[in-house]
Amino acid sequence: MTNEEIKAYISSHLPEASFDETGEWLNIIIPPTSLRSIATVLLGQPMQMNFLFCLTCVDNKTHLTMVYHLTSMKNRSINIVLKANLDRQNPVIDTLSDLWRTAEFHEREVFEMFGVNFTHHPDLRKLILEDDFKGFPLRKDFEDPINMIKL
Amino acid sequence: MLSLESITKTTQDWLLAKFNPTIALAMECAIVILLAITLFAILGLVLVLLERKVAARIQIRLGPNRVGPGGIFQTAADTLKLIMKEGLTPDTADKFLFNLAPFVVMMVAMLLLAPIAFAKNFQIWDINIGVLYISSISSLSVIGILMAGWASNNKYSLLGAMRSGAQIVSYELSAGFAVLTIVVLTGSLQISEIVAAQQNGWWLFKGHIPVVIAFVLYIIAVTAETNRAPFDLAEAESELTAGFHTEYSGMKFALFFLAEYINIFIVCAIGATLFLGGWMPLHIGHWEGFNHIMDYIPSSVWFMGKTFFLIFIIMWFRWTFPRLRVDQLLNLEWKYLLPISLFNLLLVTVIAIMGWYF
Amino acid sequence: MYNQTDIIKDTTNLGPEGELVVNMGPQHPATHGVLHLVVTLNGETIKKIEPHLGYIHRSIEKMCESLTYRQFIYVTSRMDYLSSHINNTACALLVEKGMQIEVPERAKFVRTILNELTRIASHELWIGAMAMDLGAFTPFFYAFREREMITDIMEDTCGARLTMNYIVPGGLMYDIHPEFQTKVKAFIKQFKEKVTEYEDLVTGNIIFQSRTKGVGVLSAEDAISYGCSGPVARASGVSCDIRKIAPYDAYDRVEFDEIIETEGDSFSRYLVRVKEMNQSIRIIEQLIDNIPEGEFVGKTKNVLKLNKGEFYQRVETARGELGVYIVSEGATTPHRIKFRSPGFSNLSVLDHIAKGSKIGDLMATMGTLDLVIPDIDR
Repeated sequence: MTNEEIKAYISSHLPEASFDETGEWLNIIIPPTSLRSIATVLLGQPMQMNFLFCLTCVDNKTHLTMVYHLTSMKNRSINIVLKANLDRQNPVIDTLSDLWRTAEFHEREVFEMFGVNFTHHPDLRKLILEDDFKGFPLRKDFEDPINMIKL
Repeated sequence: MLSLESITKTTQDWLLAKFNPTIALAMECAIVILLAITLFAILGLVLVLLERKVAARIQIRLGPNRVGPGGIFQTAADTLKLIMKEGLTPDTADKFLFNLAPFVVMMVAMLLLAPIAFAKNFQIWDINIGVLYISSISSLSVIGILMAGWASNNKYSLLGAMRSGAQIVSYELSAGFAVLTIVVLTGSLQISEIVAAQQNGWWLFKGHIPVVIAFVLYIIAVTAETNRAPFDLAEAESELTAGFHTEYSGMKFALFFLAEYINIFIVCAIGATLFLGGWMPLHIGHWEGFNHIMDYIPSSVWFMGKTFFLIFIIMWFRWTFPRLRVDQLLNLEWKYLLPISLFNLLLVTVIAIMGWYF
Repeated sequence: MYNQTDIIKDTTNLGPEGELVVNMGPQHPATHGVLHLVVTLNGETIKKIEPHLGYIHRSIEKMCESLTYRQFIYVTSRMDYLSSHINNTACALLVEKGMQIEVPERAKFVRTILNELTRIASHELWIGAMAMDLGAFTPFFYAFREREMITDIMEDTCGARLTMNYIVPGGLMYDIHPEFQTKVKAFIKQFKEKVTEYEDLVTGNIIFQSRTKGVGVLSAEDAISYGCSGPVARASGVSCDIRKIAPYDAYDRVEFDEIIETEGDSFSRYLVRVKEMNQSIRIIEQLIDNIPEGEFVGKTKNVLKLNKGEFYQRVETARGELGVYIVSEGATTPHRIKFRSPGFSNLSVLDHIAKGSKIGDLMATMGTLDLVIPDIDR
């Protein structure tokens, strides 16, 4: 499947999706509400993007961006980057942990580091930080109350 | 030739001549106790050093080599360290049982020394049910281990103790049946008689294949009974940190450690007595000259040589094999070893009745 | 993560249905580091495993946001400390991709050789550690005998034995040691003679086989869904070798097989790694005599600035697929950097494959997943 075919296929399912081909791989930017539907489309035939090899979040100061790197185990040359921009004050997005099991741990990490809430996540608890940790360390505006450099 | 028999006899005669019989007996007891404790200490030191040296040899390294020539005082230094360490008792532990457990294990090991014939006529107590005594006393050590595991109030200790209980109780059967084959052949439970029956050849050679099978079964079963690898599930350090003695430190830990090595010595000594003729030298049929030369080697050397050979085999096991899983361990006993033992005993009985052994 | 009072409460109380809850780690002989597993047991059978991470979390991703593109590579050696050369390669490749730096052939060859040596060293350590988890101490020393030769080579080349920092954007930091080639050849000779020795000690051992065969079975579908990579996925029949899929450095010029087993149990994970060591030797043999002469580092600017955009680089470490994702805004430091570590995804499958087995099996499963905790926590 070439990029053009993928774009046409995605557009037929989700007209509001926009594309970005400047990078190495095809980027698909979607609204967060349609994440699950487009994920299901990508996972199903004929795309079968069954390997979610990277799930992370980027703090763009004005908004957060969820980034999903997907590939198909049938054809590893097709790589897709799925992006969804989230509101910084109240970031909420659907979980993908039932579609790709690896998302469960990665989403827990994003939850504690960026404060993104994943709806319907089976076990949304802190994974790395301690329970009473305040703030979201990987956000750009995070200030550690005990800053070793400024002490 | 200096023999232990003459020493004991002279001592006894001298005591009886000097004192009245009661006091003489009391003094003999005191001497025996002193000797037993000394033997314990020396055995512990030697066996731990031996284990470390054997392990080092198998693992292409040198082993302890700093304290004393060739590192022979390493274990003595370790003991000193262990004595000086603080013996911690956890807050939530059952303190009485926790402190009692190492002594129970130790006492059981000590009691087992009684009927062992270390050399010709050199035996603490030649009880007429020697083998039965050993089987019954050795199964008591599980009480000490269970006590330690339960009283520690630690989940790892508890799991280790439970494993140990299941393991010792089941492997007791195989060891017992292996011992019984020799009892059937000899027709006696007394250690001295079992040794005497091997005057013209050890049971391992005289008794055909069933005795060889019994010997192999015995070695496997006692390895399990003494909680040694590959059956060291009770203290499987990668699974249960240290099993039943996780919470022990200092001298109390050292007692467990020592008891393990003493137990190895005892089971190997019994194995040597039953299958390899105890202190009896190697005699081959009618080779008079050969037999005569063999007699020149002191009986205590024969006994210790055989015992340490078996100890070496058990150490070899430990540094070669991975550990079994707990269900595989029990499967091995109940599905394989026990049926084989039962059949083997039947075979030996037939051989004994028909007189088919040499 | 549990706080202190919870842990104390946990050791005296049982689980909701009367199960035994055991805190395995962060100090435990089999977790090889500070992994904390809360294991719910029913007798000896495992009902649930909950990993708690963060005991060695150094916030490398956040740290890298304030380090320049020359500096951040040194931090990555401390992630998966057993394959630090490979981590460095990933970062160097990414910077080279972002700035279109030409890497000299010599550097590419040396990098590939070092990567494969690192892979062998890592697998050697794993073989010893896993055998130790299963209760066999001796293979550890045999494996370390050969690993020692590799660490000596590393010491000659880059001055360090564990956390090497030798690979820089553009090539190598220094030229190779004059005796590099002879030493590597001596190692290959020794390895080929001795590899059978500890294979005899472990592979054919009936207790080892009964401990690992059919234990911790991971199906191909689950391996993909859980994002497993490296030997863990390949043992389940998933072809996922980045060296084949997206060759980097000199991997497109060498012949080697991607080892794939289909059983998916602990024993096939073991086999994959043992066979991979032989393939690594094959790769090194093809390259060691053909290292081209010339420059060892390409032309780079003093201050590295990545072009604006997003870059992703995948490499195959000893544990699986390491991904480095950088969002650059054209400055000297990355805007956001994400390390997709192989151990993180491989750990997430532990609960799934160890559930229902015995505690002893957990050691076999965890051992063959080859977890390195600093790699998981980052």
